[in-house]
Amino acid sequence: MAVQTQLYAVPAIEKKESKNKNEVEKESIFETKSLNLWYGETQALKNIDLKIPEKSITAIIGPSGCGKSTFIKTLNRMVELIPSVQTKGDIHYKGSNILSKDYSAEALRTDVGMVFQKPNPFPKSIYDNVAYGPRIHGIKKKSILDDIVEKSLKDAFIWDEVKDRLKENAFGLSGGQQQRLCIARCLAIEPEVILMDEPTSALDPISTTKVEELIQSLKKQYSIVIVTHNMQQAARISDQTAFFLNGEVVEFGKTDELFTEPKDSRTMDYINGRFG
Amino acid sequence: MTTKNVSVNTANLSTKQLMNEKKSAASIKNVFEKMVPAVLFLFAAVSVLTTIAILYTLITEAIHFFQRVSFTEFFTSTNLKPLSQNPSFGLLPLLSGTLLSTIIAMVVAGPIGLMAAIYLSEYASDRVRKLLKPMLELLAGIPTIVYGFFAFTFVTPLLRSIWPEIELTNILSPGLVMGIMIIPMVASLSEDAMNSVPNTMREGAYGLGATKLETAIKVVIPAAISGIVASFVLAISRAIGETMIVTIASGSTKNFSFDVTESMQTMTAYIVEVSSGDAAAGTTVYYSIYAVALTLFTMTFLMNLLAKKIARRFREEY
Ligand SMILES: Nc1ncnc2c1ncn2[C@@H]1O[C@H](COP(=O)(O)OP(=O)(O)OP(=O)(O)O)[C@@H](O)[C@H]1O
Ligand SMILES: [Mg+2]
Repeated sequence: MAVQTQLYAVPAIEKKESKNKNEVEKESIFETKSLNLWYGETQALKNIDLKIPEKSITAIIGPSGCGKSTFIKTLNRMVELIPSVQTKGDIHYKGSNILSKDYSAEALRTDVGMVFQKPNPFPKSIYDNVAYGPRIHGIKKKSILDDIVEKSLKDAFIWDEVKDRLKENAFGLSGGQQQRLCIARCLAIEPEVILMDEPTSALDPISTTKVEELIQSLKKQYSIVIVTHNMQQAARISDQTAFFLNGEVVEFGKTDELFTEPKDSRTMDYINGRFG
Repeated sequence: MTTKNVSVNTANLSTKQLMNEKKSAASIKNVFEKMVPAVLFLFAAVSVLTTIAILYTLITEAIHFFQRVSFTEFFTSTNLKPLSQNPSFGLLPLLSGTLLSTIIAMVVAGPIGLMAAIYLSEYASDRVRKLLKPMLELLAGIPTIVYGFFAFTFVTPLLRSIWPEIELTNILSPGLVMGIMIIPMVASLSEDAMNSVPNTMREGAYGLGATKLETAIKVVIPAAISGIVASFVLAISRAIGETMIVTIASGSTKNFSFDVTESMQTMTAYIVEVSSGDAAAGTTVYYSIYAVALTLFTMTFLMNLLAKKIARRFREEY
């Protein structure tokens, strides 16, 4: 049975309710075509066709085990680290198929950064955490690194809290600070896309608000894909939302439309909390 | 509802009754239970007491030695001539032998063990790891006398065919073989340390575009560094205490030198030589082995203490 997936482009042309009339249709940064993925024998992603627009926030929602994490981890090929994984289909990133053998995973991950569910700073100083990415990519000069570290920490809304303790171990930070540090670490290599897998699920409400504000400030420069269990969060911060169920995309569209008038009854059930 | 409760209660009662019947039979068991901690304490005490007894013997006998030979002579003289007419008891020749063989062993075991650990923890598939690790640990189970003969009858002739100046007994060959012997120790303990680095940390590095090697060297090793250093320290103390290989393959020349081609005696080999010879009890030569042994004990004890300290810091890290 083929899955009817609502592509972002289609409903957006019909509905002209955007706040900004001059808003141009955004180019897509990622485009998946019949993406299938198996963990050994079990299929976790089924025929995913999605166009993820650039410089905006795309939320992925769905019940536990529906393949959200698996999906965003295919976008930077982190799934490859699990030996049993097999993928089929295409993922186009800026026009090239990243699933092809000769596309370098390291180059991809330099462009497509990732923030994880649990903050995972390195057991190094705050400074070295942020400088880690630039360093492995060959930047050695102290003055340049200093600038990168300062800018990244400022962009991640954490500079004021840590500027006097850059040499201290990152493990001394609170969970929310650690997560913003991890975002800073990701910004330091100036990615195009930032993938976030439930970045606030381990945080308290105040830290969550801070990280949400941060994410929204980032969308001017970055394309963001965020997995969240929190539907209010998806509604608050994202521009478009994809609803996953059992490894399939049930519905994909503008966030305000998907939450106010979902086209699929299963989406309706999910956002009304009837399952998952 | 009520019926259900009643039935549960009766079931409970009958269980209780059964247990009560068993109780009398269990009274002997109870006495035994009470004795268990005392018995176990005795067993634990045996090993502690043995250590104390050994230390006591070492110290009392070493005192006899230091009544005849001065501290300064023992620790600073480069002459060790225990059986000469005019004997001298300098530790330095033995110390140079021990240090040299340990350094050679670590030059072999350090890098190889670490690289094996990186391979096992970061590159090898689960299947390969499960196969290789026990095989590596098998190396550690070979009796040291076998390594000694391997050094003497295989490695030394091989070295001499490349480098003819090497003496028939020399410190290089047993040093190298000792290195091979402690590779599994370094590899296995370092691998444990690297394995306990959480995967989320590796993901963080991969997510920034780091390669496997960059992740291993710049994230995993620094995170596991205390465990790795602890494995090195333990390996060093193992090398310092190693006896058989050096006794067989490095001869008994009491030679203060840092020339690896020469025959040299280590502290352990000296103890073997003197105690298997016919040094009469009560002579200075006889007491000298206690002084050497006490020094050896102190060195390895400090090393193990150091390893423990480092390992503890490592556990606190995350
Ligand atoms: N490493 C793995 N090996 C085998 N199966 C896996 C693995 N990781 C995930 N799966 C399976 O793939 C499916 C999708 O998992 P995934 O982690 O993507 O779900 P999710 O939507 O992120 O769930 P959650 O909201 O709980 O994080 C699940 O059925 C899961 O059991
Ligand atoms: Mg998940």
